Amino acid sequence: MSRADSTPHRDDRRNMDWFVDKAVQILVFVAGISAIVFIIGIFVFITKEGVGFIFKSHYALSESVFNLLEEKKMPDTQLDALTPLEGKAFKTSQDLILAVEGVIGVEETRPYKELLVARSLDQPFSLKTFFTSPKWAPTSELKPTYGALALMAGTASVTGLAMLIAIPFSLGAAIYIGEFATGRTRELLKILVELLAAIPSVVWGFIGLSIMNPLIIKVFNVPIGLNVLNAGLILGLMAAPIMTTIAEDALKAVPDRYREAAEAMGATRWQVIFKVVVPASKNGLVAAILLGVGRGFGETMAVLMATGHSINLPTSIFDSVRALTATIAAELGEAAVGSDHYQALFTLGIFLFLVTFLINMTADLVLRGIRKE
Amino acid sequence: MIAEKEMTNAVETIGLNLWYGTFQALTDVNIQVKKGIITSLIGPSGCGKSTLLRSINRINERLGYVRVEGAIKVLDENIYARDVEPVQLRKQVGMVFQRPNPLPLSIRENILFGHKIHTPSSLKVSRSEANDIVEKALRQVLLWDKVKDRLKHRAISLSLEEQQKLCIARLLPVKPQVLLMDEPCSALDPKGTEAVEELIWDLRGQFTILIVTHNMAQARRASDECAFMLLGELIEHETTEEIFVTPRHRKTADYIEGRFG
Repeated sequence: MSRADSTPHRDDRRNMDWFVDKAVQILVFVAGISAIVFIIGIFVFITKEGVGFIFKSHYALSESVFNLLEEKKMPDTQLDALTPLEGKAFKTSQDLILAVEGVIGVEETRPYKELLVARSLDQPFSLKTFFTSPKWAPTSELKPTYGALALMAGTASVTGLAMLIAIPFSLGAAIYIGEFATGRTRELLKILVELLAAIPSVVWGFIGLSIMNPLIIKVFNVPIGLNVLNAGLILGLMAAPIMTTIAEDALKAVPDRYREAAEAMGATRWQVIFKVVVPASKNGLVAAILLGVGRGFGETMAVLMATGHSINLPTSIFDSVRALTATIAAELGEAAVGSDHYQALFTLGIFLFLVTFLINMTADLVLRGIRKE
Repeated sequence: MIAEKEMTNAVETIGLNLWYGTFQALTDVNIQVKKGIITSLIGPSGCGKSTLLRSINRINERLGYVRVEGAIKVLDENIYARDVEPVQLRKQVGMVFQRPNPLPLSIRENILFGHKIHTPSSLKVSRSEANDIVEKALRQVLLWDKVKDRLKHRAISLSLEEQQKLCIARLLPVKPQVLLMDEPCSALDPKGTEAVEELIWDLRGQFTILIVTHNMAQARRASDECAFMLLGELIEHETTEEIFVTPRHRKTADYIEGRFG
């Protein structure tokens, strides 16, 4: 009897462990899949809200159409009769013609039909304006314009300056921590760097607003301290810790035998670093920089607080600018859901998403390059 | 400087004691390595032979917790003297490691690396000069014909045997006096071992070679003199033939015959 108890068959029964194992498996699977589903969901949501706007078009009797009608010698009585239709949006040109015919009559409309079909198309958004016009005026009563050039310039200038500051500092710090510091100094520095990375961005923005602002005004004798310089400095300090951490990992991944080989040939510490370690970890360092760029590009709160948030094509580092991200953060709350303004902000979101995606993908491809070697 | 003829020892240690932290790895080692021949260091794992080798070019100091007493003379100069820079010493004393460790650069750059760092930056090396250096070094290790068409390729793409040969070749342009080899064949297959051994034998005479090996047969066939170490002490140092045929110490005999180790 006791032998029968210990047969493999009985031991293979589904016991507690089996169920725990299965449950954990399912949990991990769900967690993993949901992360992917959420990301796709976010992308779909942003695209749904924003893309429609890019291709949005309707037909309306705008002021310019009225002018053209006048040139074509449309009688004043008819023009006056049409005035209530001004600005009203129709889905197709056919609907517009029907409406016009309803007001002034079918026969009277005929001479102007061609003109109406050709000129009444009205698109609130055009890619050309988006990329070339610095005029971001989504709430304009007369003519809303959605030119994001100034916002792009703002983001680019702040991120660029931030990288100019962060790259030398973070690579320097990484080289010091990875190659020179030993024992407790090293551990302490690593903890400090990680601590810096954990400071919330609103705190950085606060530092920009209340410390850097008066400091810049005083030191450089400029009228306003909330500008590209301020935001660049803040963003540089914000991005540096994460860049340092990743760059240090890259340096650490260089096998010690390379250093030993170079040192045994008589290379000095610096020669080992610059001729062997840095070239060998090149990809990792580039990835660190790209992730820093991505971080700077997507940062919102700190730049909102430190840039001055005024639409401007910057000509010097003392100009106030406005960033893409900050624009969304500041305006989305007051834009009516579904309105042109609301949709235009989502268009900015799509643009941001695409650029960050590109940057991250480049970083990823570069990192992949490391593993190949 | 003493006249060349009188100086027969390329490397000499005098009462060398070495500690890693509190662990004493070498105890009162006195060894004279004669110029121009191949001397092999044998002994069981952990007997200090690698430590001895690695203190001759002071690469041991990388570890940071190493303490040395006594003296090591390379070409009659105490390398622990204050005015000796490790950089200069390492130019005189090249080292080949257990695992081939070509730098993550091209084959060409690997050969030129040592030469570049020891050439003052004011002295510009022309391209044709550099080409000559590369060709000469690679010919010396019998690698030229194999790699001459792919000097720009990464050195890591070579086979292990070729990598180890490259590691030897890259030492040659700076014209070292002494070559230290730390089990240079232990990562290679039998064919590679044979080829590298042959190469080392070819270099005999031009350089003083000190080679650490685990492989008794290798020590026997590929060295002129042989030193046996045990627990951080030098037990016996004789010509290879004597040590293998008529060892003087019991422990040497036991080790050689494989009774321990």
